[in-house]
Amino acid sequence: MKGKKQGKISRRLAPFGGLILAAAFLAVLGCSDDDTQRVVNFTQLTMQDEFDTDGAPDSSIWSYDIGTGQNGWGNSELQYYTDRTENVTVNNGYLIITANKENFEGAAYTSARLLTKDKFEQKYGRFEARIRLPYGQGIWPAFWMLGANSDTAIWPQCGEIDIMENRGQQPTLITGSIHGPGYSAGESISKEYDLVNDRFDTGFHIFGIEWGPDYINFYVDDVLYNQITPEDAPGEWVFDQPFYILMNVAVGGNFVGPPNSETKFPQSMLVDYVRVYKNNFVN
Amino acid sequence: MKKHHNTRSSWIFLLGLLFVLVTSCERELSEDTVEYATFSDNPEVFIDGFSAGLEYLPFNGSKLDAFSVDTEEKYLGSASMRFDVPNFGDASGAFAGAIFPDNGGRDLSGYDALTFWAKATKAATINEIGFGNDFGENKFLVTKQNLRISTGWEKYVIPIPDPSKLLVEKGLFWYSEGPEDGDGYTFWIDELKFEKLGTVAQPQPAIFNGEDITAPAFLGVQGNIPRAGLTQTFNLASGVNQTVNAAPSYFSFTSSDPDVVQVSELGVLTPVGTGTTTISATLAGVRALGSATLEVSGPFSFAPVPPARDPNDVISIFSDAYQDVPVDFYNGFFGGQTTVGGLARITEDEAVLIYDDLNFVAVGFSNPTVNATQMTHVHVDIRIEEDIDPGDEIRVELIDFGPNGVFDGVGTDDSGGSVTFSSGALEQGAWISLDIPLTDFSNPTGGGFPGLTSTANLAQFVFASNGISTLQADNIYFYR
Repeated sequence: MKGKKQGKISRRLAPFGGLILAAAFLAVLGCSDDDTQRVVNFTQLTMQDEFDTDGAPDSSIWSYDIGTGQNGWGNSELQYYTDRTENVTVNNGYLIITANKENFEGAAYTSARLLTKDKFEQKYGRFEARIRLPYGQGIWPAFWMLGANSDTAIWPQCGEIDIMENRGQQPTLITGSIHGPGYSAGESISKEYDLVNDRFDTGFHIFGIEWGPDYINFYVDDVLYNQITPEDAPGEWVFDQPFYILMNVAVGGNFVGPPNSETKFPQSMLVDYVRVYKNNFVN
Repeated sequence: MKKHHNTRSSWIFLLGLLFVLVTSCERELSEDTVEYATFSDNPEVFIDGFSAGLEYLPFNGSKLDAFSVDTEEKYLGSASMRFDVPNFGDASGAFAGAIFPDNGGRDLSGYDALTFWAKATKAATINEIGFGNDFGENKFLVTKQNLRISTGWEKYVIPIPDPSKLLVEKGLFWYSEGPEDGDGYTFWIDELKFEKLGTVAQPQPAIFNGEDITAPAFLGVQGNIPRAGLTQTFNLASGVNQTVNAAPSYFSFTSSDPDVVQVSELGVLTPVGTGTTTISATLAGVRALGSATLEVSGPFSFAPVPPARDPNDVISIFSDAYQDVPVDFYNGFFGGQTTVGGLARITEDEAVLIYDDLNFVAVGFSNPTVNATQMTHVHVDIRIEEDIDPGDEIRVELIDFGPNGVFDGVGTDDSGGSVTFSSGALEQGAWISLDIPLTDFSNPTGGGFPGLTSTANLAQFVFASNGISTLQADNIYFYR
């Protein structure tokens, strides 16, 4: 994926002030416009899953993609997605998506991909999740969104917002991207974020976007690292419709290349919560 | 994890020496505790010059002036460390190597890696580079082996296996490097310092090279956990898994049954009772890959000591009593062979051959071959611990490579023959001595030779068995 640098904005939100939710809330509330850039912080929850009930994920929110899709979900990915406990479960307050190395239905790896399609879809707002990533060559975790019309509007026309993608072999880097007509796959609008002096597989970090009619802001923890606007898109802006959420751990594929002998399995992505807020300015 | 039998463990050291060593360590630690606060936590080793307290001490036999401060070539600032590796045959030293200690000691517990920038006049591989070498106990020695460096400045990261151990570390940096294919070259190191990178993660410590091995052990014979197999591996920000050799003191060793074998903090293994125990370890709370299952059967029973002989009357292949001829291998690993094991050093002075999963195994001595035409017999002592069934037998073979001295196979100038000892001639749990007339090797070998026709160019001594799995052997020699 091409790392087209936007580099328009790099400003700090006020710190979240630790891991306590209440404190985080207050701190975020304290953030608002500044002279150069409108940064809205939406606080009215429209969906949240704290993963507090052990067992299968809440079926009123989540469903699953099963199998290998077409050509490894379009990316030559190597895993077979299942909804088995071995690949997806909620335990001890976390959603755990686990990639295993095992022969299953002709694939060499299994994993899981959850999605809120037809269950929770929203236009605009703030979408965030607190996640600890897996690691290793060929591991590809992602927290992302697709346009709700993805059944009828062929990708990339439906639009894709990658809130967080990571290459397991680059444990300090994540990528935030959008894909649309004329700017998809290798030509997507994308920016990397480097977690200096830390890495994404050793602790939890918050990955989010704030999305309005004419912008998508990308942030990690308390750092807003990119804003993409219709002016940045060389094609049609397709982000004015509801989107649904996906979370998965892929193995191999075009973005990361295959695992190697040093890749440790199983590899798990732990999700502490997923929260979605309303865009109070337009909704 | 694949299970390996390993009989190459070395079993040395006297009880008294060990205990003295361990006791002194403990006393030193308690003294240190009182003084923690006074040690410098200066992370810098060499930035543009020697950091406070840093010394340069080259190794014996190394090119003493291999190291210099270079103000021309540097990555940053005003100077770098320059190392001139000598050519092969350089009269001033065979290699470049030195330690850079701060004998005041430093508290490095707040860092997670030693880092530096390096470049060389050509792509090269530095044999050993690391820290923790203080020309003393080297208690927390860390070695990165075979570090590849290139002709452009690059940053290198040598992770600390467990920073919490480095409260008073003297050895800040060390290296050892020889010529590359006979040629010397120059490399530079700059911005050498300890850092808290925050990206040194996903530890994967290992002992016994990460393998689960099984080995015999004997009362009264101490052993060591091999240092070469003690490693710590971290995943770095680059995604690379960086493995370093780590001294035993980084590990916490455990014996599952301390009434069988006790293990010290330095990895010394002391058998204290019969039975089976498993040696495992943790490093900074993380379970190390690899283990050793030790089977203590009792005191080691050595083969009978061969009688004194005139050197003209004996050609020894393997004994501690006579001068041995050069041996190529104690286990030739041929196709179809299942046998593992070979030379097992029991004490510093005494070794035996121990074979497991025996079907056949060759001891080779073809450089040069042995002329035993003046000898009349071949001798070997063997010991079998397992039950001997009526159909079990041990076959001993001799292979002669002929005048050309190389193996050509059946139907050439090579010849070979065998002598078979059936179960009635074998004894469980005791050394038995076989004294075989060389003229007896008239039966076919497993490899198809019809019988030994020459003893002028002997090159292999072979054990084969149909039912005996584990065999100990000692004192293989020709005599008259």
